[in-house]
Amino acid sequence: MTDTVTGAGMPALFGARGYPPALEWVARRAEAFVIPLAALVVGMALFSLFIALVGKSPILLYETMWRGGFGSWFSIQNSLSRAAPLLLAALCVALPARLGLVVIGGEGAIVLGGVGAAAIGAALSGAPSSIVILAMGVVGMAAGGIWIGAVGALRHYRAVNETISSLLMAYIAIALMNQLVEGPLRDPASLNKPSTQPLADIYRIGNIPGMDVHWGLVVGVVACILSWVLIEKTRWGFAARIAGGNVRAAQVQGLAVGPLIVGFTALAGGFAGLAGMLEVAAVQGNANASLAAGYGYTGILVAFLARHNPLAIIPVAILLGGIDASGGLIQRRMELPDATVLVLQGMIFIVILFSETFYGRFKAFNPDLWKRPDLLRGTA
Amino acid sequence: MDATEIGLWGVPLAVLGGAIRVSTPFIFVSLGEAITERSGRINLGLEGTLVFGAMTAYAVAVMTGSPWLGLLAAAFAGLCFGLFHGWICKFPGVNDIAIGIALMLFGSGLAFFFGKPFIKPKAPNLPAIPFGGWSDIPQVRAALDVNVLFLIGAVLSVILWWAFRNTRAGLILRVVGDSSDAARAMGLNPDTVRLLATGVGGALAGIGGGYLSLYYPGSWTERISSGQGLMAVALVIFARWNPLGCFAAALLFGGAGALGPALQSVGVTQGYYLFYAAPYILTLIIMIATSSPTRSLAGAPGELSITK
Repeated sequence: MTDTVTGAGMPALFGARGYPPALEWVARRAEAFVIPLAALVVGMALFSLFIALVGKSPILLYETMWRGGFGSWFSIQNSLSRAAPLLLAALCVALPARLGLVVIGGEGAIVLGGVGAAAIGAALSGAPSSIVILAMGVVGMAAGGIWIGAVGALRHYRAVNETISSLLMAYIAIALMNQLVEGPLRDPASLNKPSTQPLADIYRIGNIPGMDVHWGLVVGVVACILSWVLIEKTRWGFAARIAGGNVRAAQVQGLAVGPLIVGFTALAGGFAGLAGMLEVAAVQGNANASLAAGYGYTGILVAFLARHNPLAIIPVAILLGGIDASGGLIQRRMELPDATVLVLQGMIFIVILFSETFYGRFKAFNPDLWKRPDLLRGTA
Repeated sequence: MDATEIGLWGVPLAVLGGAIRVSTPFIFVSLGEAITERSGRINLGLEGTLVFGAMTAYAVAVMTGSPWLGLLAAAFAGLCFGLFHGWICKFPGVNDIAIGIALMLFGSGLAFFFGKPFIKPKAPNLPAIPFGGWSDIPQVRAALDVNVLFLIGAVLSVILWWAFRNTRAGLILRVVGDSSDAARAMGLNPDTVRLLATGVGGALAGIGGGYLSLYYPGSWTERISSGQGLMAVALVIFARWNPLGCFAAALLFGGAGALGPALQSVGVTQGYYLFYAAPYILTLIIMIATSSPTRSLAGAPGELSITK
């Protein structure tokens, strides 16, 4: 076990030939900022190459993207509106990831959360708005939580791979939504686009005062902050991180890994369900096929870009919301397909995952590498 | 009995015909994934490869007028995707499942990007052999119209089943999949073997995609795959990494996929969307039934991250 010499709590080994201890602390944390940022830049550079190869100007593209995403107060508000569901969808990936689970079917929880909220909203029609909105939030969270919580339970108690099961369940959820919206929940007045009964205006969630962005943004930011506190500052989060590092070790320590996994995945799914509820209550006004808009999939990218850190999700979701928002302008101004944004996201995703290989390899960030080059990953 | 009125008999017949028609992409993707997973790596990106293969095959077939050239192009595109996955995963710290998810999104994105102009034109289809020619009943004829690729897939699964056990290449693949250390001790380079295995797996997935756009459903749209590549990955686990099992499981999945349309054709329209979800539900049930928390799966390659 030569690794133990690098562990925290042995300050005598640090700082001898590297940096002074304070600087060393900064250096170690700088790694978590510099590598993803560099990967983002490389991903965008590769995308420039791609755009140049198909005969368009990358400079014009990024200029258009900036204008569409962040160039005016109007476009900033548009980006923030799109960031709201992304925050919650990303939490659906990030929370299980702290337990070592790769859950990618958040889309299913979003869809079911939306349908559940729309159903209860219609059922409670006539009740005071605060009660209805609260009920919609609770039902939306419960629907999503049960869905992804089941993925976690299957993983722990039946050893069913969570990546595949969550994605299969996303397809099942979308089929379920189509069935409900076409059948029992259908509003007969919705002809071309089957939808549930529209929510009365008093049950709709409005905008943040002074902005054209609905309250979902605030809900998402608060959820991210709460998740960060849960993971970093509570014993449940501590236990989750241990279980994520090594399940066997966690079990030997007497941690109840099963409830931990089910609890975390259910909470993660609950956040995604809340995103669906917000889409219904703040954006669509009813549940329909537009609920499966792909926020669940962009959320995967957001979570990985943020390295599953709930606080880092906030800026990343706004950035990705901006990229999403600029898609329409790119399509119109540059005559590029609407999938252009998808290609960019895919490239960034690949480079980000590739950048994982560089952690712990740079001496600038890891001063002990000066003394112990054998600690380099892959050569140890 | 009137030749055109076969009533409820149409349902099992349509399911059989549907099983043959729908199963072909599952056969190719799952055989490719079986090769990749036997080498100890998992490629979830085959979903993206399937979509991109469908687009490539269709585009090339439209431009050249030859469905076979389209299929070849799809196989080549799949090979490139597979080799890229294989190459990037050899770096330490890079997770093969996560890269698969990224390639799933990237492959779909690229396919939608380049496939936009090909949604309208009509490409020539792959040929089918009318095994039902003896019958006067149109349903029987339709059910037994078997595409050449289905037959190639069936033969390929037998060949692979034999090759895994009896050839040097099969042995190398299994050793690398079971233990990187043992492979190194034998003087093999696990990364190279996995690179090739992922490349071949990608090429087969590309062919599966080509079948989708060039035969059934037979046109290029952005909703052409809807998770079939991913179901094929689950199918490989269900089939215990055995190519013959992959073939049988693919038929089962194809039949499940054909159930909804078959029932609809005889007038059962209740729960249409739920029947549409039948293959996904079936996959999930099979995964739950065959997984176990106490023992590793029989026949699972030791280096495979998904079963650890």
